Amino acid sequence: MKFIKGHLESIDGIAIYPIISLVIFTLFFVLLFARVVLYKKEHLEFLKKIPLTEDENTIVS
Amino acid sequence: MELQQFKYDNLIVKKFLYATLLWGIVGMSVGLILAFMFLFPNITEGIPWLSFGRLRPLHTNAVIFAFIGNALFGGVYYSLQRLLKARMYSNFLSAVNFWGWQLIIVAAALSIPLGYTTSKEYAELEWPIDIAIALVWVAFGINMIGTILKRRQRHLYVAVWFYIATFVTVAVLHIFNSLAYPVSLLKSYSVYAGVQDALVQWWYGHNAVAFFLTTPFLGLMYYFVPKAAHRPIYSYRLSIVHFWSLIFIYIWAGPHHLLYSALPDWAQNLGVAFSVMLIAPSWGGMINGLLTLRGVWDKVRTDPTLKFMVVAITGYGMATLEGPLLSLKSINAIAHFSDWVIAHVHVGALAWNGFLTFAIAYWLIPKMAKTKLYSTGLANFHFWIGTLGIVLYAIPMYISGVTQAFMWKQFNPDGTLVYGNFLETVAQIIPMYWMRAIGGSLYILGAIIMIYNIYKTIKVGSPIEDELAEAPALEVVGGRRLIGEKFHAWLERKPIQLTLLATVAILIGGLVQIIPTLLVKSNIPTISYVKPYTPLELEGRDLYIREGCVSCHSQMIRPFRSEVVRYGEYSKAGEYVYEHPFLWGSKRIGPDLLRVGQKYNDAWHLNHMYDPQSTSPGSIMPSYPWLITNELDTRQTLAKMKVMAKLGVPYTDEDINSALSHLEQQSEAIKNRLLEDPQFAASYKQEEAEMGGSEDFVPLNNREIIAMIAYLQRLGTDISQAKNK
Repeated sequence: MKFIKGHLESIDGIAIYPIISLVIFTLFFVLLFARVVLYKKEHLEFLKKIPLTEDENTIVS
Repeated sequence: MELQQFKYDNLIVKKFLYATLLWGIVGMSVGLILAFMFLFPNITEGIPWLSFGRLRPLHTNAVIFAFIGNALFGGVYYSLQRLLKARMYSNFLSAVNFWGWQLIIVAAALSIPLGYTTSKEYAELEWPIDIAIALVWVAFGINMIGTILKRRQRHLYVAVWFYIATFVTVAVLHIFNSLAYPVSLLKSYSVYAGVQDALVQWWYGHNAVAFFLTTPFLGLMYYFVPKAAHRPIYSYRLSIVHFWSLIFIYIWAGPHHLLYSALPDWAQNLGVAFSVMLIAPSWGGMINGLLTLRGVWDKVRTDPTLKFMVVAITGYGMATLEGPLLSLKSINAIAHFSDWVIAHVHVGALAWNGFLTFAIAYWLIPKMAKTKLYSTGLANFHFWIGTLGIVLYAIPMYISGVTQAFMWKQFNPDGTLVYGNFLETVAQIIPMYWMRAIGGSLYILGAIIMIYNIYKTIKVGSPIEDELAEAPALEVVGGRRLIGEKFHAWLERKPIQLTLLATVAILIGGLVQIIPTLLVKSNIPTISYVKPYTPLELEGRDLYIREGCVSCHSQMIRPFRSEVVRYGEYSKAGEYVYEHPFLWGSKRIGPDLLRVGQKYNDAWHLNHMYDPQSTSPGSIMPSYPWLITNELDTRQTLAKMKVMAKLGVPYTDEDINSALSHLEQQSEAIKNRLLEDPQFAASYKQEEAEMGGSEDFVPLNNREIIAMIAYLQRLGTDISQAKNK
């Protein structure tokens, strides 16, 4: 622990890391949102039904 | 494409569901005993392993890991196989998962009441059990990922993502929070100390709620609500946004458990900001669940499964609105340490986890037994009595929490506290504790009725057995994105990449919390008067840990006027540098103890432990007579000090070598002070005269109470010594 700690303390301006993380999150979120909005409707309908179609596979003995 | 036949493993699901019901009753019953101990503190008088401080972690562990844990596994094993059109990857790993988990629960149920505890909340189990948890969890993960790899459904439904995130994150959390240095097979010290230990613990504690009690159950919601309602989920788009933003944001919010503590301000504020942001994905999920039921509200009126689901999802929405509110500093100042927190967690546990579990059991058992539920009437009765139980539990606890907070903070015009005696604030809320016990009883009664209903259902149904199914094998389409294929659509068929991205998402937030943890230098601000505990005090501290005193007493005085007037100088980060583990606590059923040292004399402490009501009329603290009679075990004292030295506590070789003689001297001094009380001296002399020759007789200076007094008298005194000088 001390080993890691010493090194982290010696990094200049370490507070920038959380800010970078926040930026990564915001960018990621915006891109994700854009992608999701552009999703094809038919594909979504297919995905939605996955849990409901599984009974067709079951063989009633 | 050729159809392949295979069998769904229903037997493992059945086992997990039965274990859920069994441990559910056990965990809730322990909770009920605890609720009654607020009203009759000494109902388990003289039985150490049934004392409040030891039963409280048993209750939380049993409910979280035994009841909800088994429900999680059962639900995942059922839905995962169907969503992937494949049997579980390995029967052996399924068995390891099931039996390993039950063994861990039994080990916990034995070790916690016997006093083997790390005292870190929801992570109380000692290191060998922690290793077993890690192994069983990895078996679960391999089994799940193996199943995903041999699936016959190319696209991973959103529920599966939640399961993957659960596996990855719980593994990371458990390993980092449980890092400890063993003293012996059943004793260890956390590698972190004080402020750092608190940060790691609440990073764990908060995210255990997120990734053990929330994400797997959201996965279950996304599978079982559409199944029970015969309708697809309201919005798949929303579920994608819900998933990524929830796992990304949740992991940042941990510091809201440590507001007004020594944590750097920017980290506290970051925790608050992300907690408030968390409302969006949480409510997105709740809305998605509830709107799935649009158009079938007529069914909700008649189908008990759907009723349970509606209350469960509503409970989720309430708890996830309340959580961010509690993280606001002004509200936290009132609610923290009070019964408000108890109300909050029980809305989550009883409504969200409990009711969703009941809904799944009511839906799944008849389906697997190929029959109808024995009695819809009884299930409806269970629903109403359970809901009433939640209301009767939560509302009194909210009232109690707010009452406590205001009484703790009320001042007279002359600047003194209106309720200077903590016991006045306890007496005021006893009626609330009565109502809570009644609410809890109703909830358990409902659960017992459910077990009867399920037993009757299974009796008339066919035996639950593995289910034959067929599906075409997957065509090989290659790993690259197809022409025109969207990134997320590609991701949905690539489980390894999805897992890696989910891991990155949780690690970014995790690291941001761990980095400040590491940055808080253990000696900042340096307080030269703060010294390590003496050997006797260290032993006393381990007794404090063993008895679970931290369940009811905090050791963290926040920088508020009301707390400083009541308890003394507010806590400094530098006071905790040798605290492996930290003992800040999260609840004040009794007063804070950080500055209790030298407040009372030694004889007061002895009398208080023997009969708390004699020194503090109206107290709801149970008595600890065994501390007065037990012999202190000093066989590990040297080993403990050596481990502490390795963790950075400045014990010199000389300190360690002379530890036992130092311990004897300090014990002798406390004994002599106790014998100054003529009444006690007389009764002790009489005992000595009667028993003196017998092997059972333990001289006063060798008893546990001496170590406990030494520890309590030391608490928080280093700083006042500094002032006096």
